[in-house]
Amino acid sequence: MAEGIKNKVAIIGMGCTRFGELWDRSAESLASEAFEEAIADAGIEKKDIDAAWFSSCFDEVNVGKSAIPLAGALKLPFIPITRVENFCASGTEAIRAASYAVASGACDVALALGVEKLKDIGYGGLPDFSQLRGIYNRQIYPNVTAPGQFAMLATRYFDRYGLSPEEGKRTLAKISSKSHANGALTPKAHLRRKVDVETIMNAPMIAWPLGLFDCCGVTEGSAAAIIVRAEDAGKFRKDPVYAKALQIAVSPEEEYRYQQWDGTHVETTYRCGVNAYKEAGVKNPREEINMMEVHDCFSITELVTYEDLQISPRGKAKEDVDAGFYDLDGKIPCQSDGGLKSFGHPIGASGIRMAYEVYKQLQGKCGERQIRDPHLGLTHNLGGFPANCVIGVTIWGNEL
Amino acid sequence: MKGITAYGIYLPYHRLKRETIVKAMGWFNPGVAGLAKGEKAVANFDEDSLTMAVAAGMDCFPDIGREEIDALYLASTTFPYKERGNASIAAGALNLSANTRTAEFSGCLKSGTTALISALNASDSETTMVCASDTRLGKAGGTQEQMTGDGAAAVAVGSKGVIASLIDHYSISYDFPDHRRLDSDKFIRSWEERWMREAGYFKILPEAINGLLAKCGLQINDIAKVVYAPPSLRDHKAMAQSLGIKPERVQSPLIEPVGNTGTAHPLVMLIAALEEAQPGDKILVASMGSGSDALLFEVTEEITKLKSRNKLKKNLDYKGELDNYTKYLSFKGMLEKEIGIRGEEVSPTSLSLQWREQNAVLKLVGAKCKVCGTPQFPAETVCINPECGAVGQMEEYSFSDKTGHLFTFTADHLAFTEDPPGLYGIIDFDGGGRYWFDITDCRLESLKVGQPVQMTFRRRYLDEARGIAGYFWKAMPFKG
Repeated sequence: MAEGIKNKVAIIGMGCTRFGELWDRSAESLASEAFEEAIADAGIEKKDIDAAWFSSCFDEVNVGKSAIPLAGALKLPFIPITRVENFCASGTEAIRAASYAVASGACDVALALGVEKLKDIGYGGLPDFSQLRGIYNRQIYPNVTAPGQFAMLATRYFDRYGLSPEEGKRTLAKISSKSHANGALTPKAHLRRKVDVETIMNAPMIAWPLGLFDCCGVTEGSAAAIIVRAEDAGKFRKDPVYAKALQIAVSPEEEYRYQQWDGTHVETTYRCGVNAYKEAGVKNPREEINMMEVHDCFSITELVTYEDLQISPRGKAKEDVDAGFYDLDGKIPCQSDGGLKSFGHPIGASGIRMAYEVYKQLQGKCGERQIRDPHLGLTHNLGGFPANCVIGVTIWGNEL
Repeated sequence: MKGITAYGIYLPYHRLKRETIVKAMGWFNPGVAGLAKGEKAVANFDEDSLTMAVAAGMDCFPDIGREEIDALYLASTTFPYKERGNASIAAGALNLSANTRTAEFSGCLKSGTTALISALNASDSETTMVCASDTRLGKAGGTQEQMTGDGAAAVAVGSKGVIASLIDHYSISYDFPDHRRLDSDKFIRSWEERWMREAGYFKILPEAINGLLAKCGLQINDIAKVVYAPPSLRDHKAMAQSLGIKPERVQSPLIEPVGNTGTAHPLVMLIAALEEAQPGDKILVASMGSGSDALLFEVTEEITKLKSRNKLKKNLDYKGELDNYTKYLSFKGMLEKEIGIRGEEVSPTSLSLQWREQNAVLKLVGAKCKVCGTPQFPAETVCINPECGAVGQMEEYSFSDKTGHLFTFTADHLAFTEDPPGLYGIIDFDGGGRYWFDITDCRLESLKVGQPVQMTFRRRYLDEARGIAGYFWKAMPFKG
């Protein structure tokens, strides 16, 4: 039985740029900004970094392939750097790889940095998907976009639980409205404004039944983390944040190819959550987890994630939403920084941005959106579609 | 004795009322108002003559097995490819044996009947499927735009289980240039209508029909149904009068509900006649275009054994109004739209990959695990059933002829499509197997979780820069 990563590594410094449609910023300048904040926060210098993992996704419109762009941007001096790409879960992959490296003793100080530039393509939404899964799938996949793929989850969820489109959309609207309210309190967020439920309900349709405000923004930005072994963390700072679980799970694609999946949840999230709770020793997540940053690329994703992570019972997330369970002043605040919805979603950086919010909340540095006395925070990062995806679930604590 | 053993028909979903054309173009050519009765069948943006031919061929299958077919003849004047076998693409989509002889008949509107005669003249041991299909295009506001419709017909020809046996046929060939298109022409060009009618239609068609009757020693009144494609409704009646055919013995020309479907039309009308025919009826069918073919059939008792004789009605009934002339222009490639930068992105196609994966891409053939029996698409080495996972135990399994149920769906306004929003969903196939597909020939409002669906062969993209029409299968509401 593997021991797992619990309490073996810690984050000692993090950085994150302002997220947004950053027409006048290059990937290189964003990476540099996130990195400088992270090493300043950790109290280290560039020369202290032993190895790095670099996450970016849409290489065609971003920095291209390989880890060379990161070495070049930061002028890292001939150290080992690896680019990781696992769709929207790329950032969590970078953190996981850096953590495993220091835990193994192969190096002492590791950097995880993600950056994404998405707005240089000339149209809204993510870049063209047709070749994302290779030239064979291009011939046989339908004409999908991300909103459409997640919309199919909503269609099925509404049908299964007897929600009319109006009822279902209202529940989803409450989720988005909550995240916008949190994002308005977050200085580095992309979309910093409150949006009421009626506005969300009446927004233009993007992929039925999801409207404009059910979708996260297409965002640019960068985030970085400095990771060391837990026993070394105290040498760098008094309030390091310790890893409790770092899990990745990848769908074998049976969901859309075998008649078993019920289409109302993300099976890979559920599996990854089970593994993460086991690694962290969490027995009752609804009682033990104090905050979550989940992958709310779409409102429906956040809704089913509440259930897949075993916080809300199956089919009952609506009740928790209605009760304000996930609000900033609720039992388990979710998306305290606005999440993908409002903070934004620069693909390769998002997993690290989630960790950034958990890190800052566990350190008590979040100002007016600070959650009261959190000890255990969870991130959930989804790459791909509900029926075939990469899931990262990480759990962090401020105590050993 | 050879004859027709099965038939199939395909009319596209969209219907454009001729009144809609007049509303849009009457200002320019008030003369077409007189033709504005009924509606025309219009191919969807994802259809062409090849996909419609396949649909008509598929419609034969309840009455004939695909393994019985030795040859496939395709007839059209609007084949998508000039070089690359359209019939070979169709044979693949129909999942016919690689040992199928394919041929194409083109160049004039009688080529549908010419293909049929060639099939009937093949050796007795051979079973041939003949698919005729057309999507001819008239210029905006013209007579041809009003008269033409899109559609396809298929007949299987053999000597076993003959439902209509061939008595004889008679052909004539003239370079009568009523319609023409050069290689580079998108639209039909024609000469003066009065001349086409008086010097052509009323001379050539009677010559063929009377020639066949004389050859068979029969009179026109011996024929139960006379089938001929008309240039117009008025001319159709006038022709019957000049030939001395009683009105009830003239096959309805299907102009008002469909339009003239070109090479397919004599066969579409022949099938309409067969659907209502009694054993012993003699049916004469004649085409018109650079001459004429006339064929005489006698209906047999076997016709009562067909699984369905409701195919025309099924196709006439499954329709949705194309209530917008601009949308018609767009579907026909006659409108330069602002498609946006996302729409302008055209990913390259790998033809070597298409060839390697022809089972999946062209035929919608997946696999069935020999160990656990799970159907799966596409075929892969390792079984998708998580309880099985057998390696290399797959046998071919066809999904194109399977019905299914809609597991979930969406209507996507972000994806670029010629007819937004793009509909797609996940299909659970009856008998096992699940996959996601685009959905066509319906509207979002009509879709429900769990509704029955069937598969249809469509053109997924037209990459004009690289000269590739790319085909694959889509789901559509169950039509029957």
